[in-house]
Amino acid sequence: MLAYLFKRLLYTLPIALGVTLVSFTLVYLAPGDPLNAIAPADAPADVIETLKATYGLDRPMPVRYALWLTRALHGDLGASIATGRSVASEVLSAAGNTLLLAAVAAVAGVGIGCVLGALAGYHAGGWVDRIASAVSVVGVSVPHYWLGLVLTIVFSVKLGWLPAMGAGPGGSGEWLWDADHLSCLILPAATLSVIPMGIITRTVRALVADTVNQEFVVALRARGLSSAAVFRHVAKNAAPTVLAVAGLQVGYLMGGSILVETVFAWPGTGFLLNTAIFQRDIPLLQGIILVLCLFFVALNLLVDLAQPLLDPRIRRA
Amino acid sequence: MPTAVVALVLASPAAAPRRGYWHGVARQLARNPVAVVSASLLLLIVLAALFAPWLAPADPYKASMIRRLLPIGSVGHLLGSDELGRDMLTRLMYGGRLSLLMGVLPVLFAFVIGTSIGVIAGYVGGWVNMAIMRTFDVFYAFPSVLLAVAIAGALGPGMSNSLIALTLVFVPQVVRVAESVTTQVRQLDYVDAARLSGAGPLSIIRVHVLGNVLGPVFVYATGLVSVSLILASGLSFLGLGVKPPEAEWGLMLNTLRSAIYINPTLAALPGAMIFVTSMAFNLLADGVRSAMDIRL
Repeated sequence: MLAYLFKRLLYTLPIALGVTLVSFTLVYLAPGDPLNAIAPADAPADVIETLKATYGLDRPMPVRYALWLTRALHGDLGASIATGRSVASEVLSAAGNTLLLAAVAAVAGVGIGCVLGALAGYHAGGWVDRIASAVSVVGVSVPHYWLGLVLTIVFSVKLGWLPAMGAGPGGSGEWLWDADHLSCLILPAATLSVIPMGIITRTVRALVADTVNQEFVVALRARGLSSAAVFRHVAKNAAPTVLAVAGLQVGYLMGGSILVETVFAWPGTGFLLNTAIFQRDIPLLQGIILVLCLFFVALNLLVDLAQPLLDPRIRRA
Repeated sequence: MPTAVVALVLASPAAAPRRGYWHGVARQLARNPVAVVSASLLLLIVLAALFAPWLAPADPYKASMIRRLLPIGSVGHLLGSDELGRDMLTRLMYGGRLSLLMGVLPVLFAFVIGTSIGVIAGYVGGWVNMAIMRTFDVFYAFPSVLLAVAIAGALGPGMSNSLIALTLVFVPQVVRVAESVTTQVRQLDYVDAARLSGAGPLSIIRVHVLGNVLGPVFVYATGLVSVSLILASGLSFLGLGVKPPEAEWGLMLNTLRSAIYINPTLAALPGAMIFVTSMAFNLLADGVRSAMDIRL
């Protein structure tokens, strides 16, 4: 088990390093001078030079990467070019909002997907199975930004039950656990939950339908086990795969929330990323991409580490 | 005696003309009602987009200040008009051209590039495989929406930039599928036999490796088309894809967003087109997968 843990950690390190390299260099793909965002076109040469020195843009790329990485390891992602504020604090507060949204969406999507998928797998060919396959096809086919728009039209414009955008009354930055704030969370979370719901439903259905037909389940039934006890065995067999798929999907939620956050003006990382792109704010862009990806890498690692706890076969391998 | 002759005729390969593999797949598909309906719907959408210049009732760029946001079913505007008074039906038909192109092209590019890299990595093996696959693992560590938005955002708005971004998103996924199948095939006995009988690497790859790899990669790629369609329209929706005044479903959804209080049904139309098209692609891809009997 310890060897497995160590191997996984060792495997993750180069990936994380690669992620930092890609996050850093990606934004330099763009043609044009990053200083255009702050310096006017007719700025004198010495002003440009001073600005370049301030942001470290006068040094060669590898040196800049090394400096950026060392600072990032100390929790310093530099200052935003547009606002001058610390990138780390901006990204972290936005990531908190995104995490809240993604967590609610993940619990709802994975939960409903598991229940629906298990029911469909048990009653393969029945009406629950038909509903489940419809849910899974719609879940992977629907453009979620459009679904968000449709939900806004129905619940905000037509019925007037829920707010159309924002994360609280008056555009206040602070999140509070009260009715006003929670009602803002419902529509974006529901929209986002569709992303994992479809795939989880399909995965769980296939796993349960496969397992139920295996000989050991027939043997358990023949020994007179109650259906609840039989289900425990089926669930135990399906759990590792479901966990792996669910982990990946929750990671996708962090990325997928970019579009949903734009639809609902939710103040998360997606919203921040959008602003950073259109302001060509390079340190902010690098910071957001880095934090989101490292989160994804950490999540995958966590799933890999949790896997052997659920499935002893992996531990022995 | 006659029965024996009939049996002999049936058994001999020359009597029944040998039908190709794809013929069998097509026959399987034709028996699947869901696949047939999806394929017909898709054909209808593709034809409407392809022949938009001849079929569309109006000019897609002709605006009219007094005929803005007309409801669905208006006289002269069957599906209403958009925020600049342009005919909605016309723009939905024209929009299909760019949206469908953006759904298919990145997958096609990724199919060609990804299969080549994956086959090379799998066939050569050793440290070359190691180097290629570990590099792509890094890109695998990016959620696809984030990678697409980040690349498109870095390159700047525009259709060719979103094409590049989406292709880069799909290449690592295709490489993984192609590499794993190639690695399996390479170890099979008949590949060894081919090598021992003097076949060069190129002919082994062409005959044995590609013959096995193309099927699974093709099935995987058919499933990617709907993802590409949704992502490409999503980029346009963010303002990172196709630029106005071009007609494209994601961009139309973006510009009509301000109209949800005035004419909500109209505002939802372009997104409904993306939804229907991507669902048809997914259902058809499911049909193709089961017809080809490939499990990924």
